[in-house]
Amino acid sequence: MNAVPSEITAKEMVQPISQEALAKRMRWQRVGDFVAHRVTMLFALLVLLLLVAIMASLVLGALPAFQKFGFGFLSSTTWDPVGEEFGALNAIYGTLVTSFIALLFGVPVSFGIAVFLTELCPNWLKRPMGVAVELLAGIPSIIYGMWGLFFFAPFFAEHVQPVLMDTLGQLPYVGGMFQGAPMGLGTLTAGLILSVMVIPFIASVMRDVFEVVPAVLKESAYGLGATTWEVMWNVVLPYTKAGVVGGVMLGLGRALGETMAVTFVIGNAHNIDLSLFSPATSIASTLANEFAEASGELHMSSLIALGLVLFFITFVVLVIAKLMLMRLSKGEGRST
Amino acid sequence: MSSAIFKRRKIVNKLSLVLATLTMMISMVFLVWVLVTLVMKGFSAIAPSMFTQMTPPPGTDGGLANAIVGSLMIVGFATLVATPIGILAGVYLAEYGRRGWLAPTTRFVNDIMLSAPSIIVGLFIYTVYVANVKHFSGWGGVLALSVIAVPVVVRTTENMLRLVPNSMREAAIALGAPMWKVIFMVTLRSVKSGVMTGVLLAVARISGETAPLLFTALNNQFWSMDMNAPMANLPTVIFQFAMSPYEDWQRLAWGGALLITFGVLGLNIFVRIVLRQRTN
Repeated sequence: MNAVPSEITAKEMVQPISQEALAKRMRWQRVGDFVAHRVTMLFALLVLLLLVAIMASLVLGALPAFQKFGFGFLSSTTWDPVGEEFGALNAIYGTLVTSFIALLFGVPVSFGIAVFLTELCPNWLKRPMGVAVELLAGIPSIIYGMWGLFFFAPFFAEHVQPVLMDTLGQLPYVGGMFQGAPMGLGTLTAGLILSVMVIPFIASVMRDVFEVVPAVLKESAYGLGATTWEVMWNVVLPYTKAGVVGGVMLGLGRALGETMAVTFVIGNAHNIDLSLFSPATSIASTLANEFAEASGELHMSSLIALGLVLFFITFVVLVIAKLMLMRLSKGEGRST
Repeated sequence: MSSAIFKRRKIVNKLSLVLATLTMMISMVFLVWVLVTLVMKGFSAIAPSMFTQMTPPPGTDGGLANAIVGSLMIVGFATLVATPIGILAGVYLAEYGRRGWLAPTTRFVNDIMLSAPSIIVGLFIYTVYVANVKHFSGWGGVLALSVIAVPVVVRTTENMLRLVPNSMREAAIALGAPMWKVIFMVTLRSVKSGVMTGVLLAVARISGETAPLLFTALNNQFWSMDMNAPMANLPTVIFQFAMSPYEDWQRLAWGGALLITFGVLGLNIFVRIVLRQRTN
């Protein structure tokens, strides 16, 4: 495809050049083009194959566990490395509950931050505030874990959990979720720390999609006498629905796979308890705790199977996120 | 009657905007809380001995020298591996990827890899590399971290190249330059600093990663420059020391945590400043 322009210019070259030399040079240029095209393509392919390789290696590694336990692996709550009996439900439950809590608190707060950054914040403050929120995402997860274990958990146990037990814990039906020993460790603590960690991701996607809303749309709503809140809730949010859901899904993907922060504060106990105060485990924290010391082949295979489950869940969530975000940018292209 | 509705709408508006401001303040409280505890706990641990002595057995004095050097080596090699791969793949996506199925698919997959759980990458490298050579090693850590870094570099390289105006490519082509010269000597060169910031972002991303190193590089209590053996690195040392009951280990963990966090955040801020200068 690039030979044509080169030929045209070659004819117009200022310096006279012999026919053979020209042909030779052109040949090299074409070889260069071919090589550049193929080499870069190879590396793009490599990125693609990486995902395939990850999937394949996990499936192969998980095979022994699935052969032994069948799909009962997914629904069994036994986790007994000594007796070589393994089931994934404890870890799956912990992963889902912590991520759910993370979204429960993370999404409204992120929405608030995005509203603040797009509508309320004075212009000179927008940039530093935006950077500050993104710095929350820059802090390594192990730091959140240490801070959670040594500062947040004790604070939580001393000041928040007793209050929750006396209020929400007294309610019928849901009361059991807020009962138990206030140790500070457990699914609720893990979920709350996760929510701090996903806020910057969700908030920055929300801010970005809010900014693509055409000014005309907002102005006409303001012109009709709508308040700022009404514009955000009834105009901006419906317009950016797909993008917002995409951002939330992106945050969910992060929360599901987060390892270190959760490992520090979830308590690492293989059980399912109604109480959000009791120690539990998640897929990622089980892997972090046990994989390097896994002894038997079956134990190792079961851990890889857990990894496969995690990969499958996050993969689906991230694909949905991506498709949602793509839908928004397509819609944006149509309307302009 | 209409004034009642009016009043209610006004109150709802005020209330929600106050709440929005509050959420912003809450997130800032957490940022400050984390950073302040980090500085308070970590600062007392930072001493010259931290950079000169090895990680100690519990109850004795020591430093983090082997872990710091190990981290630098693993992150450094991972960056060396990931940078060319990421840049070339990014070039393909931006320059050749205007038609066909490969580029859109790769772009999609790359975005997914960008947020894939890092512990899964650790599992992957364990099964394909560590399990086959039958020992934990620094190289395993390098592989795991480069798998995490590549998507970051691909993404920024592509984004940067897309900012190059087409007229620049056309001008070069009109002068008779073949496509490969246009790419590597004109477009890529014009976004050099942008691509470098992508690499720095990737470095920032992988230097705090702990999960994938737990079962690839593992840890090493002693001074070791052998990339083919288990290697000490800051994140796993922090993890091990922080989870331990020994006070002097915990103190060292805080020192290491302070070091890593400010390194990573410093890189982040530096990148932002460079990017801002570019766009202005």
